[in-house]
Amino acid sequence: MNLVPLFVAIPLGAAFLIPMIGFWWKKSGEVLSTLSMVALSVMALASIGAPAVVHHMGGWAAPKGIAIVADGLSVLLLVAVNVIGLLCIIFSLKYMREYTGLPKYYGLFMLMVAGMNGVVLSGDLFNLFVFLEIASVASYALVAFGVEADELEAGFKYLILGSVASVMILFAVGTVYAVTGSLNMADVSRTIAAEWAGTEMNPALLLAAALFLMGFSLKAALVPFHAWLPDAHPSAPAPISAMLSGVVIKSLGVYAICRVFFNVFGFAATSPGSVIIANSMIGFSVLSIVVGGLAAVGQWDLKRLLAYSSIGQIGYVTLGLGVGARVLATGESTTLAALAIFGGLFHLVNHAAFKSLLFLSSGAIQSATGTRDMKLLGGLKERMPITATTTNLAALSIAGVPPFSGFWSKLIIIVAVVRAGHFGIGAVAIAMAFVTLVYYVKVQKSVLFGDVGRSVEQAREVSPAMYVPLVLLAVVCVGFGILAVTQPAIGERMLGPARDVLLNSAEYVKLVLG
Amino acid sequence: MTVYFLCVVLLTMGLYCLVAKKNIVKKVIGIVIMEYAVNLYLIIVGYKTGGVAPIVEPGMGETALERFVDPLPQALVLTSIVIGLGVLALMVSMCIRLYEKHGTFDMSHISKLRG
Repeated sequence: MNLVPLFVAIPLGAAFLIPMIGFWWKKSGEVLSTLSMVALSVMALASIGAPAVVHHMGGWAAPKGIAIVADGLSVLLLVAVNVIGLLCIIFSLKYMREYTGLPKYYGLFMLMVAGMNGVVLSGDLFNLFVFLEIASVASYALVAFGVEADELEAGFKYLILGSVASVMILFAVGTVYAVTGSLNMADVSRTIAAEWAGTEMNPALLLAAALFLMGFSLKAALVPFHAWLPDAHPSAPAPISAMLSGVVIKSLGVYAICRVFFNVFGFAATSPGSVIIANSMIGFSVLSIVVGGLAAVGQWDLKRLLAYSSIGQIGYVTLGLGVGARVLATGESTTLAALAIFGGLFHLVNHAAFKSLLFLSSGAIQSATGTRDMKLLGGLKERMPITATTTNLAALSIAGVPPFSGFWSKLIIIVAVVRAGHFGIGAVAIAMAFVTLVYYVKVQKSVLFGDVGRSVEQAREVSPAMYVPLVLLAVVCVGFGILAVTQPAIGERMLGPARDVLLNSAEYVKLVLG
Repeated sequence: MTVYFLCVVLLTMGLYCLVAKKNIVKKVIGIVIMEYAVNLYLIIVGYKTGGVAPIVEPGMGETALERFVDPLPQALVLTSIVIGLGVLALMVSMCIRLYEKHGTFDMSHISKLRG
């Protein structure tokens, strides 16, 4: 039996049931969402390494019917979304007790997961848009969940900019439909391969590509579309910040960019359009790395610092992918493109692990000390040894200190950038990697070590329900770093299929249309 | 061609309203205008002068197929209107909450966060 549609059906059903049952049974959210996230994580982990699955909804064959495609790239994102979702739910069980309206929280959380799973599984441009909206609407509401002045303002900003992005994406979907007469990604890809590859470009397709890039970059918070993120991510409750920074910007932004540009538009060697897109991706990435990194250094609010750091790190992910795209578009060696894309995807997974760990840690710190102002914190190592250790591991990992995972992914990206001949960009990427180190040293110095801060004196270690997810994520961070060196085969098994999907759009067409 | 142009003009008007107006309710109206411009665009994509509803009846010749309008964009627009309604409800409820907190709809008085 084909279980792939359950990735959307389970969380959607849970999102519907939780607020309804929650009317009578206050614990409905905790129980149902934990159960469904456990089921989803097991299903996602079980599909690693399995052959790609195409499910035709209602038995209608691909170009006419709606296809659900679980190939290597989708599975990679499914694992990230559902495993981190599960850990965030476990963290929420204790952390969210101080809020009211919990069934609504868990309902929205499951709706967000349903939307993200739908986005990564959709084989159809319009369904991609619909699921994107489901995930976005749920995340707007979750950002404003505290309904205090700050949360509302951040949520409203996010809502307005997110809606603009959605309008642009719908406009692009309409344009693609007008040009190709189809919405199925594989079918569109086949049509575009003929239209787009020639030296004469179809201007309508270029418009659609520009609108897609703008819309998805807004969702991924690449500079210059990042204005909402530094407000929205810190204002949300900590597990939601972890979800937003850890997986939402990746599945709605980076994944959608990958799927639409690599698989639908394709980076054909002869097309001038694909070089333009690849260059803009690289441009946005470099801007994000620089602006996100430099802005993070000046922050004293722990969560704001992490939010700016997300912008910078997403820049590294798209830099890897963008350089890979450019190499494909100019028709240089495929192995170099494969290396760059591998680096980008590896950093995507790493960032999902360590950034959600850092946001969850910031939640644990805030819940124990009552503040996230770094000037009031300090010496956390003395009072909260477990949280401090996990935070430290994540900070070392994201800063790119050698044995940890963040070092290897950044190294691969920078090697690929330099081998592709972009020496200037490589230099910027290396310089900003040191800036990353600077602001995480700042976190270590003012939060973890040093004198015990005023707010920390009364602090006690958080309960196991809160530190277990932190420890698990820390194990993932360290584990990825060690496995990357000792067992390259495992990395290949996890990331290889995803990379191959991006490298070869003809394979994707063949997979879906048969 | 003119209709497409006018459609983009409508989109730009919505964007202008969103960017230039300080009142958050007017910003919401700007978003709605943009959404409706895109919905209109989708309808125009599927429109055909003198077209008929795409329902096959017995006795219809092959030529009838030529006159059918494309039904898919209409289905897309229906979905998109429903999504738009949901987002609008959320936007308006957030406006009401913001008004309760700040006593004003003016965005320049609401900005505590710095972006």
